[in-house]
Amino acid sequence: MMTAIPSGNNRQTTVEAWKDPSQEPYIRLENVTKKFGDFTAVDNISLDIFKSEFFSLLGPSGCGKTTLLRMLAGFEQPTSGRILLDGEDMSKVPPYLRPVNMMFQSYALFPHMNVEKNIAFGLKQDGVPSPEIKTRVDEVISMVQLEQFAKRKPHQLSGGQRQRVALARSLVKKPKMLLLDEPLGALDKKLRTRTQFELMNIQEETGITFVIVTHDQEEAMTVSSRIAVMDHGRIIQTATPTEIYEVPNSRYVANFLGEVNIFEGRVAENARDHVLIQSQEAGCTIRADHGIDAADGATVWVAVRPEKMYINLEAPDDPNTNCMTGQVWDIGYLGNLSIYHIKLDSGTMVTMARTNKERVVERKITWDDRVYVTWAPDAGVVLLS
Amino acid sequence: MRKGLSPFNIVSLVMGFSFLYLPILLLVLFSFNESKLVTVWGGFSTKWYGEMIRNEGLMDAAWMTLKIAVVSSTFATILGTIAGLVMVRFGSFRGRLLFSGMIYAPLVMPEVITGLSLLLMFVAISLDRGFLTITIAHITFSMCYVAVVVQSRMVTFDQSIEEAALDLGCPPMRTFFTVTLPIIMPAVVSGWLLSFTLSLDDLVIASFTSGPGSTTLPMKIYSSVRLGVTPEINAISTILVGLVTVGVLVASYVSRRQTLIRQRDERLAAAEAT
Ligand SMILES: Nc1ncnc2c1ncn2[C@@H]1O[C@H](COP(=O)(O)OP(=O)(O)OP(=O)(O)O)[C@@H](O)[C@H]1O
Ligand SMILES: [Mg+2]
Repeated sequence: MMTAIPSGNNRQTTVEAWKDPSQEPYIRLENVTKKFGDFTAVDNISLDIFKSEFFSLLGPSGCGKTTLLRMLAGFEQPTSGRILLDGEDMSKVPPYLRPVNMMFQSYALFPHMNVEKNIAFGLKQDGVPSPEIKTRVDEVISMVQLEQFAKRKPHQLSGGQRQRVALARSLVKKPKMLLLDEPLGALDKKLRTRTQFELMNIQEETGITFVIVTHDQEEAMTVSSRIAVMDHGRIIQTATPTEIYEVPNSRYVANFLGEVNIFEGRVAENARDHVLIQSQEAGCTIRADHGIDAADGATVWVAVRPEKMYINLEAPDDPNTNCMTGQVWDIGYLGNLSIYHIKLDSGTMVTMARTNKERVVERKITWDDRVYVTWAPDAGVVLLS
Repeated sequence: MRKGLSPFNIVSLVMGFSFLYLPILLLVLFSFNESKLVTVWGGFSTKWYGEMIRNEGLMDAAWMTLKIAVVSSTFATILGTIAGLVMVRFGSFRGRLLFSGMIYAPLVMPEVITGLSLLLMFVAISLDRGFLTITIAHITFSMCYVAVVVQSRMVTFDQSIEEAALDLGCPPMRTFFTVTLPIIMPAVVSGWLLSFTLSLDDLVIASFTSGPGSTTLPMKIYSSVRLGVTPEINAISTILVGLVTVGVLVASYVSRRQTLIRQRDERLAAAEAT
């Protein structure tokens, strides 16, 4: 029973699901490949998504996100591989018999029906009695704040309003799985944040499994239980938002989410609990507090987030702290943050962020100052690719 | 930045339109002629319309024509819509271009050829010529017009709308009737009106495929004109012209209105959103 999951508790259980080998995945993709002619849109993807997850697909335009959703909804058949839903092979099940609803990137509203009728369409197909249809439709209409537009036809709505109708139409059936293709892209910041939380609430109340495509990394970080970062039809990394941000598995993922400084270097010493990396770009030997799976002399990259670096006028006392020297090149004031661009003596540009805890009246560190940029050995990640 | 009408433009406009419409105008005018002589104006009268209604042969032919037009355009619309849909939906396959070309062929085929070949076929399968054969013949040639109209509408049809219906649990057949058909309805309606008017004024193909006792109005008019033009014929021809004009106007209005309303509403919605 999907409705039996108590709210609040639910996110906790989903967080565990993929680490628990006894859990059966709700959706399983086994080596799924989709080709259009010679072009491979989805390339050998294997993926498990668990019940009540809020799963995000993140990736650049054209990397195959929509194609993946369309295969889950049943509009495309995989060229090879299998899709299992709740243990059942989906290849023979047509879209209208799948317990899955999709919100289309193009909205795909019915132009000849008004907002209410669009939303009620799915319920009618299931033979829901009309008083119940009415209450359920009214409920979602007020959720997406479209009360005064209920009688309008889609072409009488603005882009953002249409997007909300599409969202409401896919939500109203409360299917076992919801596929949302960029559901909030056309909404303004305030409405978007509100709808994000609304979606999370719905997910917690109903236990629906959400698979959502988004271009907005902040959105993915906020709502997701797990994120899959895609590139050219492949999944590069699947992990929780924290892991994706803190421990990306490649330069691609590190770059894709948020700002990052990356230094190329060679492994000088690889021990069990630390590794030393000789880096010309950083102009120093970098120490990281975790062993890696690479031979001495191998080329690796160290990724450090801007907010994990410190800027000082004096050299640090602790010899283990990574320390680079340079000159302040530029300072950007963002209100809550100040962004410093520092040109290292090696020539590399480094971005670092500082929260403005005090009111900035007079900066202690300013343009052209010689500074030490430092970060703790556990602040960076060593990447092998 | 509209260009003004130069004298040259006005002259060419007047000449062009009189070339097109003067004969028809004369026909309409003389149908209200008091005199029996078609070429001499004897004052205004509607008596020939009365004569026309009392002329049984003419009325039978008119009734026959109307029946054929309604039945044939209805069937042509059903078949043509299906053909138009299939032409757009059936992805690419070997010989697709040939097939879509073949849909257009009857549009340019000389009517005499179409009529003759249909006649040969009806003789070959020994079908008695009459209402049925004319209707079948009209279905064959007007179907491709419907197919073309529907096809051009389907090209701009967003297929994800149908997918959305399927996704919401609506089986394919019901999706067609509740979603696809209502959306392409204007094209289907104008296709129907087009084949209706085509059937109304067809002479050549009807002459080939008709039999004794199944004379259509254009045939009747043509044969009586050979015995001399009477104002009666002018009267019924005027009605025919009126019917065809209304048909064509409604057909183009139906397909234009939708886009106009749509554009207006979209402008309103956009203005409101800002
Ligand atoms: N029906 C199709 N025929 C041929 N190629 C297709 C088809 N559908 C998608 N593709 C190709 O597959 C690739 C992936 O498309 P897809 O729509 O999945 O991208 P996406 O990740 O959703 O991009 P976006 O973020 O821009 O929506 C694209 O390069 C696209 O051109
Ligand atoms: Mg897409």
